[in-house]
Parts: sequence; structure tokens; C-alpha cells
Amino acid sequence: MSLVDVSVGQTLPEREYTPDNIQLFFYNAVLWNAHRIHYDLPYATDVEGYPGLVIAGPLLGDWLTQCVLEWLDADGALVRFEYSNRLASYIGETLTVGGSVTAVDTATGEVELDLAVRNEAEEIITPGTARVRFDTGR
Amino acid sequence: MSGLLSEELLANIGRQAPPRTELATRRDIRKYSIATGQRLRKFLEGDEAPPMYHVALFWDVVELDQLSPDGVSIDALLPKFPLERAMAGGLKIDYHQPILAESWLTAHRTLSDIYEKEGRSGPLIFYEVVMEVVGEDGRAVLTEKTTRILR
Repeated sequence: MSLVDVSVGQTLPEREYTPDNIQLFFYNAVLWNAHRIHYDLPYATDVEGYPGLVIAGPLLGDWLTQCVLEWLDADGALVRFEYSNRLASYIGETLTVGGSVTAVDTATGEVELDLAVRNEAEEIITPGTARVRFDTGR
Repeated sequence: MSGLLSEELLANIGRQAPPRTELATRRDIRKYSIATGQRLRKFLEGDEAPPMYHVALFWDVVELDQLSPDGVSIDALLPKFPLERAMAGGLKIDYHQPILAESWLTAHRTLSDIYEKEGRSGPLIFYEVVMEVVGEDGRAVLTEKTTRILR
């Protein structure tokens, strides 16, 4: 991706994720996160009242950065990233990650992006924004 | 405002955790990259860490008896709040330079704000923690602000 090819309204390639127990286990193991809502189904449902095992919030944030960096393709850098976990999601769901360009500054090479993880009901469960800076050769 | 936040509680604003220094090993970067489903080779091979890797690197490594029955570790930086049920949270991160394999990083965490808002179903407490991550040379690597909501 090069700055001359970027325009406001342009969409980033979407990616679907269907996280399973193995991925969620690996993720929480890497963090040293033992919160039972992520692996103990009877606890998550009977005690906490969730419909299933809860996908870890920062994992959803990570997916937003993947959407940005795969689109950027080494032609720039992520300089700012922000997200919030608004709705929970659960093992068994397929989540779609995507985004769009909201501003382009050709002088600085900076581009602003809107990002979102959506669930199958098309609800935005994790909105975010990012600023990237393209290499302008200056 | 319903006045949930006492002077004593607000006096915790500005409190700092002891600095933590960790090594970003290639092995751990690879594990993180695989677990999160990265597709870029530089991440999967562990040459460079993905942008959210610091979340894993600086997650508290606590001993078993420091976990509550639900498996959660208690953040010693935080005071006891009058509301305890955690709702949505978010992160805002400014990146200054990438994290490369086998680099030593130090995190400085500060409880930067505590405030209250009236939500649709009652009062909410917000708190913010700023984490500054610096490299061995003292140069800024990233700055992260976490906002959490309690109800």
C-alpha cells in the first residue's frame, strides 16, 4: 500500500476469526491470565452467567492492529491505536474485523482509520481508531 | 454526582507501581504471534513483536496463592473501589519505536485518574492507568493508557 493509493472512505480488507478453545488457551497462557471465564465453561455459565467462554478483550484489540498492519504492508508504521471492548463475544462465534480510511494528510503522510470487530448480528463489539504514518521519503 | 469517591480514594491518583523490567524473547514473541493469529512473517518468526505484545509482556506473573478464586490477580497499584464489577475497558497506545527480539524493556505504571459518571443504570467509576515503556537506552518505546469502568 502506498500513500497515493489511499483515499477517504476506502475500506481495509476484512478478515474473519473463529477462535476456538485452543487459540483462547494459548492466548491466556501467553499472558499468564488464569481468569476462569476464558476456559472453565461451568464457571463461566453457572457462576458468572455468560452464555459461553468469553473471548479475551485484548485479543480483539490485537486483531484490529492486524487489520491495519496487513493493509499497510511495511510501507509505514502504526503510530497511535485506540480501542474499547463494548460487548462480550464467545467461543463458537465468527467475528469479522475491518476498517476504513477517515482522513489522509498527504503533507505528513498520516492516515486516520476507523476500525471495528463485528459479531454475526453485525453489532460492533470492539470499535477502534488508528493513525498510521506512510513513508513519504522526506 | 453521588459522591462515591472519597478524598482518601482520590488521594491515590498519581500513585506509581514499582518499575518492571522484562526481556522480550524471540520465543515469547513467537508464542504471542501464533496465539493471536498473526500472518506477517516478522511476527511469526519473532523478529519483531506485534503492537499489542506488551500487554502480555507486562501482565503480572503472580504466584498461585495470589489469585482470587475466579483466577484473577489483584493489581496492587489500585485502591479498593466502592464499586467492583468491571465493565468494558479500552486502551489508547502511542507507539514510538518497535519492540525487537531480545530487547530489555521497562514499564512504569501510574494510576493517573479516578472519576465518577452517572450511567443509565446508576453511578460508574472510571480509572485510568498510564504505562510508559522504555528501552534499555531510556528511549520511549510506547505509552499506553488503560481506561476501566466499574459498576
